[in-house]
Amino acid sequence: MFELYFLFSFMIAGAIIAVTVKDLLSSVIAVGVTGLGVCLTFLVLKAPDLAITQLVVEVLCLIILIRATIRTDLPFATTGRWFFNTFITLAFIILFLGISYIALLDVPAFGYPIMKVARVYLEQGFIRTGAANLVSAVILDYRAYDTLGEATILFTAVMGVLAVIRKKGRKKIGEIEEGQDE
Amino acid sequence: MGVYILCLVLFSVGLYCMLRKRNIIKIIIGLIIAEYAVNLFIVLLGYRMEGRAPIYAANQEILNMVDPLPQALVLTSIVIGLAITALVVGIAMRIYERYGTFDITRINKLKG
Amino acid sequence: MNKEPKGMTLIVKTAARLTAGVILMYGIYIISHGHVSPGGGFAGGVIITLAFVLVILAFGKEFSMRKVSASIASSFESFGAIMFLAIALAGFLGGYFFLNFFINKGVPFTLFSAGIIPLCNIAISLKVGAGLFAVFAVLVMLKFTNGKDKG
Repeated sequence: MFELYFLFSFMIAGAIIAVTVKDLLSSVIAVGVTGLGVCLTFLVLKAPDLAITQLVVEVLCLIILIRATIRTDLPFATTGRWFFNTFITLAFIILFLGISYIALLDVPAFGYPIMKVARVYLEQGFIRTGAANLVSAVILDYRAYDTLGEATILFTAVMGVLAVIRKKGRKKIGEIEEGQDE
Repeated sequence: MGVYILCLVLFSVGLYCMLRKRNIIKIIIGLIIAEYAVNLFIVLLGYRMEGRAPIYAANQEILNMVDPLPQALVLTSIVIGLAITALVVGIAMRIYERYGTFDITRINKLKG
Repeated sequence: MNKEPKGMTLIVKTAARLTAGVILMYGIYIISHGHVSPGGGFAGGVIITLAFVLVILAFGKEFSMRKVSASIASSFESFGAIMFLAIALAGFLGGYFFLNFFINKGVPFTLFSAGIIPLCNIAISLKVGAGLFAVFAVLVMLKFTNGKDKG
């Protein structure tokens, strides 16, 4: 219990540094620190599958973000209605926190979940699927429709990136063709 | 209860970054932080006191496993988050190529 | 044009040459043991992607893209999706979608057990790994041209 508070403080500190620092590269690295904190928190919460996935995803996400930030100039606009914007943002966040606090009163206490559905999985999952890892059994046997939907979303996102980035379709008629494509 | 509130504070930091900052990379960073907070919140809901990981071992009986269902949902959500981040970064790089800046207040032309 | 050295220094290249294969093997281990230990298709696919990304970062994109390009990765991703759907449709042999259709599910806690779950892990890992690699390859290929010059 104590280590959860420590890890959450660590992550919030990393997130605040990532938001407030001026240099974009430092900001991206602070996000990496937050992601590693998330990975450790998954380990404390007894979710080793999520910890492995979060670790490797964090590395790839960091590489992509560094690719986007490197070799670009950093124009920072400080003009504008500074006081008005900050006030509106903080008011919205306080409203959000208040409403979510009311909603949290109905959530079961931490450490004592209801587990109405999961009880069936825990009792019969090993006998019916034969997989020792129950998370694998849930995502690929009981809830395989979810995984199918996830695959569809991933396919759509990859196609979106390929369509946004590629140069082939932007050629006009009179334009000279370049040597390389994609 | 206190852990839930800390998780909401983490979400609020990401929300502040998304709403207030003007640099596109900062907005993407806020999106990533908010996504982490939501994933953590779902996994926190399934934790059980003195629980064990939901993996059976060969020669021992484990009775107090944590809830495997939120973990299964979050496992797909993490990978989707990476794909969404890649898509947003691609769009941001296109914007930089067209306008020469990451500042969203200077992006005022519809077609360059 | 290929005379000048591309990529990083010799130390990085040597280290990448030694470790890329090990990382790839670790990814395959994570995938194939996804149903008896922590891991699975998602984590293993991203680890395999990281092995290829390491090669791209160390040796430069011209060297790496001769071996595997974004279009090849995209076709692998489609193959993974079709394989996953085919496994799902094969459940109609027994009656419904996504049926675990193996009668004999094998000995528990060993590699060959749990019916369709290892096959689905392989399909998912192909899909995730190839898709993310295609995204990364395309993002690397994009050259930055500053838009200020064009006005």
